[in-house]
Amino acid sequence: MEKPVNNRAWFLVLPVLLLVAFSAILPLMTVVNYSVQDTFGGNQFFWAGLDWFEEVIHSDRIRAALGRQVLFSAIILAIEIPLGIFVALNMPKKGIWASFCLVLMALPLLIPWNVVGTIWQVFGRVDIGLLGYTLRKLGISYNYVNNAMDAWITVIVMDVWHWTSLVALLCYAGLQSIPDAYYQAAKIDQASRWKVFRYIELPKMQGVLLIAVLLRFMDSFMIYTEPFVVTGGGPGNATTFLSIDLVKMAVGQFDLGPAAAFSLIYFLVILLISFVFYTVMTRQKEGE
Amino acid sequence: MAQIILENLSHSYLPNPSKDEDWALKPMTLTWEDGGAYALLGSSGCGKSTLLNIISGLLRPSRGRVLFGDRDMTGLSTMERNIAQVFQFPVVYDTMSVRDNLAFPLRNRGLPQDQVAARVAEVAEMIGMRDMLDRRARGLTADAKQKISLGRGMVRQDVNAILFDEPLTVIDPHMKWELRTQLKDLHRRFGHTMIYVTHDQTEALTFADQVVVMYDGRVVQAGTPQALFDAPEHTFVGYFIGSPGMNLMDARIEGATAHIEGVQLPLAHGYGALEGKTQLGIRPEFLRLGTGQEGLPYTIRRIEDVGHHRIVRGHVGKADVNVIVPEGQPIPADANRVLPDPVHAHVYLDDWRVAPSNLERAA
Repeated sequence: MEKPVNNRAWFLVLPVLLLVAFSAILPLMTVVNYSVQDTFGGNQFFWAGLDWFEEVIHSDRIRAALGRQVLFSAIILAIEIPLGIFVALNMPKKGIWASFCLVLMALPLLIPWNVVGTIWQVFGRVDIGLLGYTLRKLGISYNYVNNAMDAWITVIVMDVWHWTSLVALLCYAGLQSIPDAYYQAAKIDQASRWKVFRYIELPKMQGVLLIAVLLRFMDSFMIYTEPFVVTGGGPGNATTFLSIDLVKMAVGQFDLGPAAAFSLIYFLVILLISFVFYTVMTRQKEGE
Repeated sequence: MAQIILENLSHSYLPNPSKDEDWALKPMTLTWEDGGAYALLGSSGCGKSTLLNIISGLLRPSRGRVLFGDRDMTGLSTMERNIAQVFQFPVVYDTMSVRDNLAFPLRNRGLPQDQVAARVAEVAEMIGMRDMLDRRARGLTADAKQKISLGRGMVRQDVNAILFDEPLTVIDPHMKWELRTQLKDLHRRFGHTMIYVTHDQTEALTFADQVVVMYDGRVVQAGTPQALFDAPEHTFVGYFIGSPGMNLMDARIEGATAHIEGVQLPLAHGYGALEGKTQLGIRPEFLRLGTGQEGLPYTIRRIEDVGHHRIVRGHVGKADVNVIVPEGQPIPADANRVLPDPVHAHVYLDDWRVAPSNLERAA
């Protein structure tokens, strides 16, 4: 079919462009604006060049937070992706129990994030929380308030509880799209359960897995609300992840310049790592 | 390898079948001889695939038994039955190369590497994909993928049977003919029992020694292509085999005479008293056009020239009746009658053929 070419058609994108400008580009530019200036009360600005960026890059405090953040995201992905796949593989394919499982899986996703934090904050308390109290009665020393390890475990278990469903639901959707004939052919070919997974289910899930990995990486890398509610970043700085640190810096200390530089670097890191994930996973998909 | 026996087999996809139409397969007993080339013929939804899946063990029948020789296989898995099956739509393992795809069933059975390689090379030759062995299966055309599926079906030599579920639907006509010849050749060389599901009668008749025709969940006739042509046991067989199919006219049968549209036709045999819907069936090959007063009143609607013969389409009363006129034979312009050859006429009662009763044999 002959398609007419008319460059004036670009004007049709203009409304979207305007909308995005107001919702994303302009706010981002204010951040850029802050990042290269020193801001004082009464709206006084002084040019600071790239000083804030240098300060942020060399800051031990931010490097430590970045380290914790990378470790946290790595652990989260290492647990949630395999666990999500496992859950999806074992969910019923149809019937009333399939619907039941879907609703059950969707529940944690529907709870507001700060409520999730509150639930686990109370759940883990050693004096009144079901989990904390039970553990203490069993003679296991557990206190997320003053033990860094316990705080980490609590935050990770909370995140796994909160978000594994997302991975599972995505994988489940991927699995549902595999025609029965594939499983039948595998049976005829006498493939083992592992081979069915390796050569049929996994390849068919690759697309949704990419989405799951990206979503879970980005969300976990930006995590703020839940650990803030449960541990407030403590004990000490043990669970102070990047966004918690950022908020402390921007809103707590009111260091707008460094905080803005920090935000931009933070954003670029997420963009970079997502790009790497995307490239690696799609290249694998296309094969040689 | 052994013969495959289906004993009082029936199947329903519903948990509590009660009515007749709840059953996808109605009770049947059927034997597939070892080494036979069978075609399973029938229109869509008549239970062909269900029957195939029961034989291969993908489906467990609601009732009855599946025997290989004298071994009861009803409850055994596909793996224990060791059967190959090729499906209507291509199934390939996307991430594997063509070679690995073909080798997959062999490796799963733990065959030594050199035997696998030899066998894969042989099958690749057969399906004409020898230079594509190292390509990845993803991104191949539907054609090529289906050839891989076929190859995977034929690669194991120790299987009890190979089942084909309309395997050539997505293949282009030239390759279709080629592959069918290959299958036939494979059958001759290795003597596997082969069951070939299709709704294309040409495909069935060229492939098989024995044709099994199914209709509405029932096996209505099994026999050689010739037997199916000469004496269809059911009106569906008459209609389905042959091109065009058998003509059926409502008739009242009295002894050795059929009454159609007020005309009395002598039959070759006599029949007892028949209660129900009686029809006279006769193939278009055994009708002759005529003029004058003899035979059945006939109105020609149109004439199709298909090369080596012509098909005259028309009707006797309300019934559509086709006549085949061989090449070189003139069609009279004023043809208004058809004359059946009584030897090839069959009587059907409620769609099933009635055997002539010997007592009232016509003089």
